[in-house]
Amino acid sequence: MKTVFKGGVTAVALFAAYAVQADQEANLVINEDIEITVRADAPEHLENLSTIYSGWVFRSSETQALQMDDFENPGMIFVDDAIEAWNTVEGSEGESCASCHGAPEELAGVRAVYPKWNDEAEEVRTIAMQVNDCRTSQMGAEEWKYDGGDMINMEALIASVSRGMTVNVATDGPAQSMWEKGRDIYYTRFGQLDLSCANCHEDNYDNNIRADHLSQGQINGFPTYRLKNAKLNGVHSRFRGCIRDTRAETYGVGTEEFIALELYVASRGNGLSVEGPSVRN
Amino acid sequence: MADNVKPRVRVPRDATAGEEITIKTLISHPMESGQRKDGDGNVIPRSIINRFTCTFNGETVIDVTLEPAISTNPYFEFQAIVPETGTFEFTWYDDDGAVYTDSKEITVG
Repeated sequence: MKTVFKGGVTAVALFAAYAVQADQEANLVINEDIEITVRADAPEHLENLSTIYSGWVFRSSETQALQMDDFENPGMIFVDDAIEAWNTVEGSEGESCASCHGAPEELAGVRAVYPKWNDEAEEVRTIAMQVNDCRTSQMGAEEWKYDGGDMINMEALIASVSRGMTVNVATDGPAQSMWEKGRDIYYTRFGQLDLSCANCHEDNYDNNIRADHLSQGQINGFPTYRLKNAKLNGVHSRFRGCIRDTRAETYGVGTEEFIALELYVASRGNGLSVEGPSVRN
Repeated sequence: MADNVKPRVRVPRDATAGEEITIKTLISHPMESGQRKDGDGNVIPRSIINRFTCTFNGETVIDVTLEPAISTNPYFEFQAIVPETGTFEFTWYDDDGAVYTDSKEITVG
Protein backbone atom coordinates (compact mmCIF):
# COMPACT_ATOMS: atom_id res chain seq x y z
CA MET A 1 0.00 0.00 0.00
CA LYS A 2 2.74 2.34 1.00
CA THR A 3 4.72 1.59 -2.16
CA VAL A 4 1.78 2.41 -4.40
CA PHE A 5 1.33 5.73 -2.66
CA LYS A 6 5.00 6.61 -3.07
CA GLY A 7 4.84 5.70 -6.74
CA GLY A 8 1.95 8.06 -7.23
CA VAL A 9 3.82 10.95 -5.65
CA THR A 10 6.89 10.35 -7.77
CA ALA A 11 4.85 10.29 -10.95
CA VAL A 12 3.22 13.60 -10.10
CA ALA A 13 6.57 15.20 -9.26
CA LEU A 14 8.10 13.94 -12.49
CA PHE A 15 5.20 15.26 -14.51
CA ALA A 16 5.47 18.70 -12.94
CA ALA A 17 9.22 18.85 -13.54
CA TYR A 18 8.72 17.74 -17.14
CA ALA A 19 6.14 20.41 -17.84
CA VAL A 20 8.42 23.18 -16.58
CA GLN A 21 11.53 21.88 -18.32
CA ALA A 22 9.84 21.21 -21.60
CA ASP A 23 8.55 24.76 -21.77
CA GLN A 24 11.09 27.11 -20.38
CA GLU A 25 14.40 25.36 -19.82
CA ALA A 26 14.54 23.67 -23.22
CA ASN A 27 17.10 24.52 -25.85
CA LEU A 28 16.30 24.83 -29.51
CA VAL A 29 18.32 22.93 -32.09
CA ILE A 30 16.78 22.83 -35.56
CA ASN A 31 17.29 19.69 -37.68
CA GLU A 32 19.79 18.48 -35.04
CA ASP A 33 22.14 20.98 -36.64
CA ILE A 34 21.36 24.68 -36.25
CA GLU A 35 21.76 25.84 -32.65
CA ILE A 36 19.46 28.69 -31.75
CA THR A 37 20.13 31.08 -28.88
CA VAL A 38 16.78 31.35 -27.14
CA ARG A 39 17.99 33.22 -24.04
CA ALA A 40 20.71 35.83 -23.83
CA ASP A 41 21.89 38.81 -21.81
CA ALA A 42 19.81 41.85 -22.67
CA PRO A 43 21.50 44.42 -24.94
CA GLU A 44 22.86 47.46 -23.10
CA HIS A 45 20.18 49.87 -24.23
CA LEU A 46 17.51 47.74 -22.53
CA GLU A 47 17.28 49.14 -19.02
CA ASN A 48 14.34 47.18 -17.72
CA LEU A 49 15.29 43.60 -18.61
CA SER A 50 18.35 41.59 -17.69
CA THR A 51 17.70 38.53 -19.87
CA ILE A 52 15.98 38.35 -23.23
CA TYR A 53 14.03 35.26 -24.29
CA SER A 54 12.84 34.06 -27.65
CA GLY A 55 9.07 33.58 -27.80
CA TRP A 56 9.83 29.90 -28.41
CA VAL A 57 10.55 29.26 -24.70
CA PHE A 58 7.05 30.41 -23.74
CA ARG A 59 5.27 27.89 -25.95
CA SER A 60 4.15 24.38 -25.05
CA SER A 61 6.48 21.46 -25.72
CA GLU A 62 4.31 20.28 -28.63
CA THR A 63 4.53 23.65 -30.36
CA GLN A 64 8.24 23.85 -29.59
CA ALA A 65 8.80 20.47 -31.22
CA LEU A 66 7.25 21.60 -34.50
CA GLN A 67 10.08 24.06 -34.97
CA MET A 68 12.86 21.58 -34.29
CA ASP A 69 12.51 19.77 -37.60
CA ASP A 70 12.01 21.51 -40.94
CA PHE A 71 9.87 18.63 -42.14
CA GLU A 72 7.37 19.29 -39.37
CA ASN A 73 7.61 23.08 -39.46
CA PRO A 74 4.60 24.15 -41.55
CA GLY A 75 6.34 27.47 -42.23
CA MET A 76 8.81 25.65 -44.47
CA ILE A 77 6.00 24.89 -46.94
CA PHE A 78 5.84 28.61 -47.61
CA VAL A 79 9.62 28.79 -47.88
CA ASP A 80 9.37 26.22 -50.69
CA ASP A 81 6.87 28.47 -52.45
CA ALA A 82 9.29 31.37 -52.09
CA ILE A 83 12.13 29.35 -53.63
CA GLU A 84 9.96 28.99 -56.73
CA ALA A 85 9.29 32.73 -56.75
CA TRP A 86 13.03 33.35 -56.23
CA ASN A 87 13.81 31.54 -59.49
CA THR A 88 10.88 33.00 -61.47
CA VAL A 89 11.63 35.71 -64.00
CA GLU A 90 9.18 38.60 -63.67
CA GLY A 91 8.88 42.12 -65.01
CA SER A 92 10.26 44.05 -67.98
CA GLU A 93 13.97 43.42 -67.35
CA GLY A 94 13.82 39.64 -67.67
CA GLU A 95 15.35 39.14 -64.23
CA SER A 96 14.56 36.93 -61.26
CA CYS A 97 15.96 37.21 -57.73
CA ALA A 98 18.37 34.45 -58.71
CA SER A 99 19.81 36.36 -61.68
CA CYS A 100 21.51 38.85 -59.36
CA HIS A 101 21.73 37.04 -56.03
CA GLY A 102 22.36 33.45 -57.10
CA ALA A 103 21.22 30.98 -54.47
CA PRO A 104 19.07 32.19 -51.56
CA GLU A 105 21.94 31.18 -49.24
CA GLU A 106 23.89 34.13 -50.66
CA LEU A 107 21.65 36.32 -48.50
CA ALA A 108 22.69 34.60 -45.27
CA GLY A 109 23.16 37.24 -42.60
CA VAL A 110 20.71 39.74 -44.09
CA ARG A 111 17.84 38.96 -41.71
CA ALA A 112 20.16 39.44 -38.73
CA VAL A 113 20.86 43.13 -39.42
CA TYR A 114 17.53 44.38 -40.79
CA PRO A 115 15.84 46.87 -40.53
CA LYS A 116 18.88 48.79 -41.70
CA TRP A 117 19.81 52.29 -42.85
CA ASN A 118 20.13 52.60 -46.62
CA ASP A 119 22.63 55.31 -47.60
CA GLU A 120 21.36 55.90 -51.13
CA ALA A 121 17.71 56.15 -50.23
CA GLU A 122 18.52 57.88 -46.93
CA GLU A 123 15.94 55.87 -45.04
CA VAL A 124 15.67 52.90 -42.73
CA ARG A 125 14.61 49.91 -44.78
CA THR A 126 12.93 46.70 -43.79
CA ILE A 127 13.50 43.53 -45.81
CA ALA A 128 10.07 43.99 -47.39
CA MET A 129 11.01 47.49 -48.59
CA GLN A 130 14.28 46.19 -49.98
CA VAL A 131 12.53 43.35 -51.80
CA ASN A 132 10.05 45.78 -53.35
CA ASP A 133 12.86 48.14 -54.35
CA CYS A 134 14.55 45.22 -56.10
CA ARG A 135 11.31 44.29 -57.82
CA THR A 136 10.58 47.79 -59.15
CA SER A 137 14.05 49.14 -59.93
CA GLN A 138 15.95 45.97 -60.86
CA MET A 139 13.29 43.64 -62.25
CA GLY A 140 10.78 46.16 -63.59
CA ALA A 141 8.09 44.14 -61.84
CA GLU A 142 5.16 45.26 -59.76
CA GLU A 143 5.54 45.76 -56.05
CA TRP A 144 4.29 43.04 -53.78
CA LYS A 145 1.79 43.97 -51.13
CA TYR A 146 3.57 44.73 -47.87
CA ASP A 147 2.78 41.77 -45.58
CA GLY A 148 0.96 40.00 -48.44
CA GLY A 149 1.49 36.29 -49.01
CA ASP A 150 4.23 36.56 -51.66
CA MET A 151 6.18 39.03 -49.57
CA ILE A 152 5.92 37.10 -46.31
CA ASN A 153 6.97 33.89 -48.03
CA MET A 154 10.03 35.64 -49.47
CA GLU A 155 10.85 37.12 -46.06
CA ALA A 156 10.60 33.62 -44.62
CA LEU A 157 13.04 32.30 -47.21
CA ILE A 158 15.47 35.14 -46.49
CA ALA A 159 15.12 34.54 -42.74
CA SER A 160 15.53 30.77 -43.08
CA VAL A 161 19.01 31.04 -44.57
CA SER A 162 20.14 33.18 -41.62
CA ARG A 163 18.86 30.86 -38.91
CA GLY A 164 21.25 30.55 -36.01
CA MET A 165 22.97 33.85 -36.77
CA THR A 166 22.90 36.45 -34.02
CA VAL A 167 20.53 39.39 -34.42
CA ASN A 168 22.61 42.54 -34.50
CA VAL A 169 20.57 45.54 -35.59
CA ALA A 170 22.37 48.90 -35.62
CA THR A 171 20.72 51.44 -33.31
CA ASP A 172 23.19 54.28 -33.74
CA GLY A 173 24.44 56.38 -36.64
CA PRO A 174 21.90 57.59 -39.17
CA ALA A 175 19.29 55.08 -37.94
CA GLN A 176 19.29 56.54 -34.44
CA SER A 177 16.43 58.99 -34.89
CA MET A 178 14.15 56.26 -36.28
CA TRP A 179 15.22 53.98 -33.46
CA GLU A 180 14.32 56.62 -30.87
CA LYS A 181 10.98 57.15 -32.55
CA GLY A 182 10.35 53.41 -32.30
CA ARG A 183 11.30 53.41 -28.64
CA ASP A 184 8.86 56.25 -27.98
CA ILE A 185 6.07 54.28 -29.64
CA TYR A 186 7.00 51.19 -27.63
CA TYR A 187 6.54 53.05 -24.36
CA THR A 188 3.46 55.05 -25.40
CA ARG A 189 0.12 53.84 -24.06
CA PHE A 190 -2.49 53.35 -26.76
CA GLY A 191 -6.19 52.69 -26.96
CA GLN A 192 -9.12 52.48 -24.58
CA LEU A 193 -7.24 49.91 -22.53
CA ASP A 194 -4.37 52.38 -22.18
CA LEU A 195 -1.61 49.85 -22.77
CA SER A 196 1.87 50.28 -24.16
CA CYS A 197 3.91 47.44 -25.63
CA ALA A 198 5.98 47.51 -22.43
CA ASN A 199 2.99 46.93 -20.15
CA CYS A 200 2.58 43.41 -21.48
CA HIS A 201 5.94 42.44 -22.93
CA GLU A 202 8.26 44.04 -20.39
CA ASP A 203 6.30 44.28 -17.13
CA ASN A 204 4.28 41.09 -17.51
CA TYR A 205 6.05 38.61 -19.76
CA ASP A 206 5.77 35.04 -18.44
CA ASN A 207 2.39 35.94 -16.90
CA ASN A 208 -0.88 34.91 -18.46
CA ILE A 209 -3.13 37.35 -20.22
CA ARG A 210 -6.31 35.32 -20.00
CA ALA A 211 -5.28 32.00 -21.58
CA ASP A 212 -2.24 33.35 -23.39
CA HIS A 213 1.26 33.01 -21.99
CA LEU A 214 2.86 36.39 -22.62
CA SER A 215 6.27 36.46 -24.27
CA GLN A 216 8.68 39.34 -24.42
CA GLY A 217 7.37 40.18 -27.86
CA GLN A 218 10.69 39.46 -29.55
CA ILE A 219 10.57 39.41 -33.34
CA ASN A 220 13.66 37.28 -34.06
CA GLY A 221 11.32 34.43 -35.09
CA PHE A 222 9.39 36.35 -37.74
CA PRO A 223 7.83 35.58 -40.11
CA THR A 224 5.91 33.30 -37.78
CA TYR A 225 3.66 30.39 -38.67
CA ARG A 226 0.72 30.66 -36.29
CA LEU A 227 -1.31 27.56 -35.57
CA LYS A 228 -4.39 29.73 -35.09
CA ASN A 229 -4.49 30.93 -38.70
CA ALA A 230 -2.35 28.27 -40.42
CA LYS A 231 -0.21 30.75 -42.31
CA LEU A 232 2.87 32.89 -42.01
CA ASN A 233 2.41 36.22 -40.25
CA GLY A 234 4.49 39.35 -40.70
CA VAL A 235 5.80 41.67 -38.02
CA HIS A 236 3.63 44.61 -39.01
CA SER A 237 0.47 42.52 -39.07
CA ARG A 238 1.38 41.33 -35.58
CA PHE A 239 1.89 44.93 -34.43
CA ARG A 240 -1.52 45.79 -35.83
CA GLY A 241 -3.09 42.89 -33.95
CA CYS A 242 -1.49 43.96 -30.69
CA ILE A 243 -2.51 47.60 -30.99
CA ARG A 244 -6.01 46.61 -32.09
CA ASP A 245 -6.29 44.54 -28.94
CA THR A 246 -5.70 47.68 -26.88
CA ARG A 247 -8.80 49.02 -28.68
CA ALA A 248 -6.82 51.68 -30.48
CA GLU A 249 -6.81 52.86 -34.07
CA THR A 250 -3.64 51.25 -35.35
CA TYR A 251 -0.95 52.46 -37.69
CA GLY A 252 -1.00 50.88 -41.13
CA VAL A 253 1.22 48.06 -42.31
CA GLY A 254 4.39 49.52 -43.87
CA THR A 255 4.02 52.98 -42.29
CA GLU A 256 6.98 54.94 -40.97
CA GLU A 257 5.74 54.40 -37.41
CA PHE A 258 5.77 50.63 -37.79
CA ILE A 259 9.15 50.65 -39.52
CA ALA A 260 10.52 52.62 -36.56
CA LEU A 261 8.85 50.23 -34.14
CA GLU A 262 10.19 47.21 -36.04
CA LEU A 263 13.71 48.65 -35.86
CA TYR A 264 13.41 49.26 -32.14
CA VAL A 265 11.81 45.92 -31.31
CA ALA A 266 14.36 44.08 -33.47
CA SER A 267 17.15 45.80 -31.50
CA ARG A 268 15.61 44.54 -28.25
CA GLY A 269 16.45 41.07 -29.56
CA ASN A 270 20.12 41.82 -30.29
CA GLY A 271 21.83 38.70 -28.97
CA LEU A 272 19.12 36.16 -29.84
CA SER A 273 19.32 34.08 -33.02
CA VAL A 274 17.38 34.53 -36.22
CA GLU A 275 14.67 31.84 -36.04
CA GLY A 276 12.20 32.53 -38.85
CA PRO A 277 10.05 30.93 -39.93
CA SER A 278 9.17 30.08 -36.34
CA VAL A 279 6.07 28.25 -35.09
CA ARG A 280 3.83 29.85 -32.48
CA ASN A 281 0.25 29.39 -31.34
CA MET B 1 -8.17 22.18 -58.58
CA ALA B 2 -6.33 23.08 -55.46
CA ASP B 3 -3.22 25.22 -55.99
CA ASN B 4 0.31 24.57 -54.80
CA VAL B 5 -0.30 20.97 -53.87
CA LYS B 6 3.05 19.38 -53.22
CA PRO B 7 3.69 16.04 -51.50
CA ARG B 8 6.70 15.64 -49.24
CA VAL B 9 8.00 12.38 -47.84
CA ARG B 10 10.84 11.45 -45.54
CA VAL B 11 12.02 7.83 -45.45
CA PRO B 12 15.45 6.67 -44.21
CA ARG B 13 17.80 5.73 -47.08
CA ASP B 14 18.78 2.42 -45.55
CA ALA B 15 17.79 0.06 -42.77
CA THR B 16 18.57 -3.38 -41.42
CA ALA B 17 16.18 -6.26 -42.19
CA GLY B 18 13.19 -6.27 -39.86
CA GLU B 19 14.00 -2.82 -38.50
CA GLU B 20 11.09 -0.57 -37.59
CA ILE B 21 11.52 2.70 -39.44
CA THR B 22 9.62 5.98 -39.12
CA ILE B 23 8.04 7.51 -42.20
CA LYS B 24 6.86 11.10 -42.28
CA THR B 25 4.63 12.51 -45.00
CA LEU B 26 3.09 15.89 -45.55
CA ILE B 27 1.09 17.28 -48.44
CA SER B 28 0.41 20.97 -48.80
CA HIS B 29 -3.31 21.28 -49.40
CA PRO B 30 -5.97 23.77 -48.21
CA MET B 31 -8.39 21.02 -47.05
CA GLU B 32 -11.42 23.23 -47.61
CA SER B 33 -14.09 21.66 -45.41
CA GLY B 34 -17.22 22.67 -47.31
CA GLN B 35 -18.60 24.24 -44.14
CA ARG B 36 -17.28 27.74 -44.69
CA LYS B 37 -18.87 30.64 -46.54
CA ASP B 38 -17.21 33.35 -48.58
CA GLY B 39 -17.75 37.11 -48.20
CA ASP B 40 -21.01 36.96 -50.18
CA GLY B 41 -22.50 34.19 -48.08
CA ASN B 42 -21.99 31.42 -50.65
CA VAL B 43 -20.74 28.07 -49.42
CA ILE B 44 -17.14 27.41 -50.46
CA PRO B 45 -17.26 23.93 -52.01
CA ARG B 46 -15.53 21.10 -50.22
CA SER B 47 -12.08 20.30 -51.58
CA ILE B 48 -10.01 17.89 -49.54
CA ILE B 49 -7.60 15.02 -49.85
CA ASN B 50 -9.97 12.12 -49.09
CA ARG B 51 -7.61 9.14 -49.12
CA PHE B 52 -3.95 8.49 -48.48
CA THR B 53 -2.18 5.20 -49.10
CA CYS B 54 1.32 3.85 -48.71
CA THR B 55 2.54 0.59 -50.22
CA PHE B 56 5.85 -1.23 -50.02
CA ASN B 57 6.72 -3.35 -53.07
CA GLY B 58 3.00 -3.44 -53.85
CA GLU B 59 1.91 -4.50 -50.36
CA THR B 60 -0.32 -2.09 -48.42
CA VAL B 61 1.36 -0.45 -45.43
CA ILE B 62 -1.35 2.04 -44.57
CA ASP B 63 -4.62 3.14 -46.16
CA VAL B 64 -6.32 6.15 -44.61
CA THR B 65 -9.68 7.82 -45.20
CA LEU B 66 -9.49 11.54 -44.54
CA GLU B 67 -12.50 13.54 -43.37
CA PRO B 68 -13.30 17.25 -43.78
CA ALA B 69 -12.36 18.12 -40.19
CA ILE B 70 -8.69 17.38 -40.85
CA SER B 71 -6.80 20.63 -41.00
CA THR B 72 -4.77 22.15 -43.78
CA ASN B 73 -1.53 20.45 -44.97
CA PRO B 74 -2.26 16.95 -43.62
CA TYR B 75 0.73 15.30 -41.98
CA PHE B 76 1.13 11.58 -41.32
CA GLU B 77 3.84 9.89 -39.34
CA PHE B 78 3.85 6.10 -39.02
CA GLN B 79 6.14 3.13 -38.54
CA ALA B 80 6.84 0.30 -40.95
CA ILE B 81 8.99 -2.81 -40.75
CA VAL B 82 11.10 -3.32 -43.85
CA PRO B 83 11.99 -6.95 -44.69
CA GLU B 84 13.95 -6.24 -47.88
CA THR B 85 15.21 -3.61 -50.27
CA GLY B 86 12.36 -1.96 -52.10
CA THR B 87 10.21 1.02 -52.88
CA PHE B 88 7.63 2.87 -50.85
CA GLU B 89 4.87 4.34 -53.01
CA PHE B 90 2.73 7.12 -51.56
CA THR B 91 -0.57 8.22 -53.09
CA TRP B 92 -2.92 11.03 -52.17
CA TYR B 93 -6.42 11.22 -53.73
CA ASP B 94 -8.01 14.65 -54.13
CA ASP B 95 -11.77 15.34 -54.19
CA ASP B 96 -11.32 16.90 -57.62
CA GLY B 97 -10.02 13.62 -59.04
CA ALA B 98 -6.36 14.59 -58.98
CA VAL B 99 -3.94 11.96 -57.70
CA TYR B 100 -0.59 12.95 -56.27
CA THR B 101 2.19 10.42 -55.90
CA ASP B 102 5.69 10.17 -54.54
CA SER B 103 8.04 7.26 -54.02
CA LYS B 104 11.16 6.48 -52.00
CA GLU B 105 13.71 3.72 -52.31
CA ILE B 106 15.09 2.04 -49.24
CA THR B 107 18.09 -0.27 -49.14
CA VAL B 108 18.19 -3.08 -46.65
CA GLY B 109 21.78 -4.11 -46.01
